[in-house]
Amino acid sequence: MKATCWMAPRKMEVKEVPDPQILSQGDCIVKITSTAICGSDLHLYNGFLPMMEPGDIMGHEFMGEVVEVGRNVKNLKVGDRVVVPFPIACGHCEACEAGLFSVCENSNPNAWVAEKMLGHTAAGIFGYSHLTGGYAGGQAEYARVPFADVGPLKVPEGMTDDQALFLSDILPTGYMGAEMCGIKPGDTVAVWGCGPVGQFAIASAYLLGAEKVIGIDRFPYRLQMAREKAGAVTVNYEEVDSVIDVLKDLTAGRGPDHCIDAVGVEGHTHGVQYLHDRTKQMMRMQTDRPIALREAIMACKSGGTVSVIGVYTGLIDKFPMNAVMNRSLTIRTGQCHVQRYMKPLLEHIQEGRIDPTFVITHHMPLSEAARGYEIFNDKVDNCEKIVLRA
Amino acid sequence: METEINTSVGESARAWSGGSALASDARPKRERVVPYQRLADEDRGTGGESLADFLGFFSIGLGLAQVLAPKGMSKLCGVADADGNARLMRFMGLREISHGIAILSRQQPEKAVWSRVAGDTLDLAMLGKTFANPENNRAMTLFATANVLAVTALDVSCAKQLSKQPRTIANEGADEGIIRTKRSITIQKPVEEVYAFWRDFQNLPQFMIHLESVTVTGQNRSHWKAKAPAGKSVEWDATMTEDRPNELISWRSDEDAPVYNAGSVHFRRAPGNRGTEVRVELEYDPPFGKLGSKVAMLFREEPGQQVQDDLRHLKQVMETGDIVVSDATKDRGPHPAQPDGHGVTL
Repeated sequence: MKATCWMAPRKMEVKEVPDPQILSQGDCIVKITSTAICGSDLHLYNGFLPMMEPGDIMGHEFMGEVVEVGRNVKNLKVGDRVVVPFPIACGHCEACEAGLFSVCENSNPNAWVAEKMLGHTAAGIFGYSHLTGGYAGGQAEYARVPFADVGPLKVPEGMTDDQALFLSDILPTGYMGAEMCGIKPGDTVAVWGCGPVGQFAIASAYLLGAEKVIGIDRFPYRLQMAREKAGAVTVNYEEVDSVIDVLKDLTAGRGPDHCIDAVGVEGHTHGVQYLHDRTKQMMRMQTDRPIALREAIMACKSGGTVSVIGVYTGLIDKFPMNAVMNRSLTIRTGQCHVQRYMKPLLEHIQEGRIDPTFVITHHMPLSEAARGYEIFNDKVDNCEKIVLRA
Repeated sequence: METEINTSVGESARAWSGGSALASDARPKRERVVPYQRLADEDRGTGGESLADFLGFFSIGLGLAQVLAPKGMSKLCGVADADGNARLMRFMGLREISHGIAILSRQQPEKAVWSRVAGDTLDLAMLGKTFANPENNRAMTLFATANVLAVTALDVSCAKQLSKQPRTIANEGADEGIIRTKRSITIQKPVEEVYAFWRDFQNLPQFMIHLESVTVTGQNRSHWKAKAPAGKSVEWDATMTEDRPNELISWRSDEDAPVYNAGSVHFRRAPGNRGTEVRVELEYDPPFGKLGSKVAMLFREEPGQQVQDDLRHLKQVMETGDIVVSDATKDRGPHPAQPDGHGVTL
């Protein structure tokens, strides 16, 4: 089969690789019809995540048709059309039973390494380094899906791939980012990053009852999408002196009740602070650039919530703990527990309360994945979200 | 048989001591009088080990300098007749090196560190003699004395710290090269189920990846076959020494086993419907003793890590029915998820 392989930082290749096989009787094999490149794939693309090996198959947002099932699979049969959540979860451990699927205790076979880096292991993830298990990803023609009874969700007839695909990651991730804020009527929410996850965080915040949502980015086309499609008030941080002052202005001095960091490890800003963080990162004195996170903390209203859904991969520097502590902020975070949100969000899509297709700017064949990574990473051609057809 | 031990640590600590298989008097051919034995929850030391290691390396470094450059070292101590002093200095160097080796090669370097203190006293006496001779450079001698005094202070504090160390059942026997390890995991299944699974010894190879098979040969007897390096296998017979349903299982290899090993596993209901806490203690006598185990650690076959991995496998088997594998871990070694030249055997 064809698969998108990570060969080196900033070097992806679509290669011919062996087809996946059932390795455990709870697995199924999915013939992929649609798959997407995620913003977090760019962290791998740019080499910010440890434990990638040349040849690793990328991709954790995918859907398709079940073509083979293990003997123990009960909920799926050959021919079912499914969308697959990115965290691999066993469904039986204490974490899974509590709905914390992205910290499944059983699904990372390289748990011993993860324990050394994270203290405890988190769940395995498709196509997301050997630190999360070394699972082959879904930017390919086929993928092996473990725990087929727990993860994959059947897609109802009549729903298109484009409508269902983002249930695999970015729609639930954006939704969880907003849900963690505990939004109450009248609340203002600020979202750093108007990539696809940021767009869905904005839309979800409105869905959950926010009065006003402010989107922060620097790319005019992304801000335009946030305004026109997600309904946000937008701030281009390159055009203002201080995002925090603008946010105060927009809220008459109160600051946003809740702040969502949909940026993560590769944060960006203008001026000296960016150079400082970028230099330290290059010198391996810190691995992550927590620029959006620092700003979110400083901007957030006292007693508010800072919800972190941007991906962090290591250590950060100059974390304003005094602001967090002295102003009673709550930090909530996590890789999305996708399995928990798929069904309710599927209903939202069916009822027309949210149309996730608005983020798609590009359709490409799988064979052009390498070019897709380039334009998505370089933010050219007004690229917001790329869907690959296998 | 349960060894009767008086302990001040209390009932909770006793509950987690090994079963009878791990009791010192049950260990074959390793009769040893332990002056006192205390059970502690922790098998960690009381600190002082890293300082001991430092002192060990310091001893070897100083000793080498004394042996290789005796005249220079004599001059540093202020001795005028450096040539005549060379032999004595070399001898003191060898003594210094022997302290270092003794400290580094022992799991419990307490006595070796005290031996350094004795050595320091000797050094100080000799420096005193040097100072008494007006021909010598007294300023240098005083400086050397100050240095030795500083190291002596370190030695004494380290030795005192180590002397406080409890002789736990976990480190007892360590100096003879016996490897002991304690690991635990929580499994989301009722204690009865987990106990029953383990009690059927034939299930063990399902999650202990080094085991090929375990055959039950009698009421308390079983035959074990394990993988050994270079495609070989090693076999032995074992006796179950204790079996308390839903609580404890202990076993011990027979005296003629090629690799002495013994273990116990405790089961306890975890609080608040969290399933079962499983605690394993294992001890074995690895080939080539402590050195062998150090070498094994380089290849990540360190016993604690292996036991932890096996416990994780047990959790996966009990909770999900199977050991969880990814494409890259299905075949151990280089990552076979990859298409290029890594021998894909998916």
